[in-house]
Amino acid sequence: MNAGIKLDAGMIPELFVRKMTTTDEIVLEVKNLQTYFYTSEGEVKAVDGLSYFIRKGESVGLVGESACGKSVSALSVLRLIPYPPGIIVGGEIIFQGQDLLKVSEEEMRHIRGNRIAMIFQEPTTSLNPVLTIKRQISESLELHRGLDKEQSLQETIRLLKLVGISDAERRADGYPFHFSGGMQQRIMVAMALSCDPQLLIADEPTTSLDVTVQAQLLEIIDDLRSRLGTAVLLITHNLGVVARYVDRVNVMYAGNLVETAATDEIYGNPKHPYTIGLLASVPRLDSERKKSLRIIKGLPPNLARLPGGCAFHPRCEYAFDRCRVETPVLEEVSLGHMRACFYDVDKLKK
Amino acid sequence: MSNGEHLVEVENLHMYFPVTAGVLQKKVADVKAVDGISFYIKRGETLGLVGESGCGKTTTGRCILQLYDGIQGNVYFDGVNLSQLKQEQMRRMRRNMQLIFQDPFASLDPRMTAGDIIGEPIKVHNLAKGQEYRDQVAELLRMVELEPFMAVRYPHEFSGGQRQRIGIARALAARPSFIVCDEPVSALDVSIQAQIIILLQRLREELSLTYLFIAHDLSVVRNISDRVAVMYLGRIVEITDSDELYANPLHPYTVALLSAVPIPDPVVDRTRERIILAGDVPSPIMPPPGCNFHPRCQQAIDICKVETPQLINMGGEHWVACHLVK
Repeated sequence: MNAGIKLDAGMIPELFVRKMTTTDEIVLEVKNLQTYFYTSEGEVKAVDGLSYFIRKGESVGLVGESACGKSVSALSVLRLIPYPPGIIVGGEIIFQGQDLLKVSEEEMRHIRGNRIAMIFQEPTTSLNPVLTIKRQISESLELHRGLDKEQSLQETIRLLKLVGISDAERRADGYPFHFSGGMQQRIMVAMALSCDPQLLIADEPTTSLDVTVQAQLLEIIDDLRSRLGTAVLLITHNLGVVARYVDRVNVMYAGNLVETAATDEIYGNPKHPYTIGLLASVPRLDSERKKSLRIIKGLPPNLARLPGGCAFHPRCEYAFDRCRVETPVLEEVSLGHMRACFYDVDKLKK
Repeated sequence: MSNGEHLVEVENLHMYFPVTAGVLQKKVADVKAVDGISFYIKRGETLGLVGESGCGKTTTGRCILQLYDGIQGNVYFDGVNLSQLKQEQMRRMRRNMQLIFQDPFASLDPRMTAGDIIGEPIKVHNLAKGQEYRDQVAELLRMVELEPFMAVRYPHEFSGGQRQRIGIARALAARPSFIVCDEPVSALDVSIQAQIIILLQRLREELSLTYLFIAHDLSVVRNISDRVAVMYLGRIVEITDSDELYANPLHPYTVALLSAVPIPDPVVDRTRERIILAGDVPSPIMPPPGCNFHPRCQQAIDICKVETPQLINMGGEHWVACHLVK
């Protein structure tokens, strides 16, 4: 944990932004983002009114179950939503003072892979199988940083060493299939860092990897964040990974945030029934054997057929009449801790 | 060589898969998927089997069910040596031992209804017909908390968690006493995982089942298992009670594996020692000599490079294979 980036007062976005614009510390601010898909099932509001921000050198976790809109929100930031069927209907994505939804496609190409880098879940499908590793990394170096052949080769080898690939000079000539899944993901990290991005979006970067390799990789990313000041958005469903590697947590459900707080606060003092349920439903390594898990009843919602009111109400043990008709918005419960729920905060069971 | 208390006993099990090359498909090497392991599973117990991908967990499970040719070593089930059974005898024996698969999307035939999938073992083993068959399928659906009217639906009409319930119902259909659960919750969402774990626990109590629970997620394994065996590159490196494994791990690999699993509580997690293992798991075609963990072990000494450590008893039911543990 980096003490210098702990959050302080004024976490309500409006207040916060007003304060922070003067210090110019926010790298990314997403405001009221709406990304919809038009499918045969009708309009799917994959992301609906999402707002969050990330500061320089900060690691922010975006947590939720599958199909809650985590990945779509990340792809929206890079404007990589396939159209049709998807389209960003509204909102603002302010990256270093510039609204990415207003820049031209040409400018966007200079931002992608350069100032904002992304690591995806499946390294195997993200690397080009017919090009050498050297070629794939040096491509972006030549394109974005204007290095010549010799310089970019040197830089490629330096990057591969940085992510812990031994014998980098020789292995840079290899093809992706010469590398294991964990090694491929390191190559993805090397590639993502090749242009010193200000923001790194990691979408389930370790989900297909073994735990020991997951630990290696997340340590590398965290080390780079603290040394280079890269802001990191870590998207994952793994609550353990979030606890260990992020400063602040955004919990997402059905296309929007339901709770946001500093990591210690959200684990020690969760205030949304979904967050509470999620934390109680994960088996923990340090809990007693056969300690019974709590269950969140029902299934994650179908985004094409969302219930009215609060999207979580059909699965919520606290739901009352108001939840079925009115949609809650994020409200501060304590300093820097916000949740979207109508239920009396003091009556929640832990 | 069998103990009435042990439902399953595995003795010096080896499973090598040949690697072939050239036009004549000459054998050039072996993938040593399982390389000499022995353990037992007591009646009514859940034995967890953990390890990273490629360590031979799944192969071990399938060897117990005799799903390969060329298995070396002995597997006893209820006192019967399975490797000596004829094919027809084995087929009848299989009724007692079933498998739950990882991927609920790939393991169900998309052209069969849920009812047909669940009822297939009943037909294959000739356990019931007509109304009795239909009653049994309905009962199985209820047992896994689905509704009997869902029997006419096809797999694509179910969610991931519901499909896994169908897979469990199918495994229960022939009324087995032993089930190999091969990563039954890894493909599911967090909130659904807990539902399936609780279901498996309830079924074990109600039907007096014995499980071999294979998973890479140590938190899940610890929660459901009585004892846990840790595998590395085809061998068992440590086997003990699941509380003891967490409180007092002895093998350096177990220690590293446990430390790599973050605990979903930042305050607790911060107090834990972190050991980051270097490198990847070596290839099971050419495993390192001696203790096959030695190239990644921070405490390796000379003997580790030449001599393979044997599992030794550390008191109670705690066994460990490491030269450094005395």
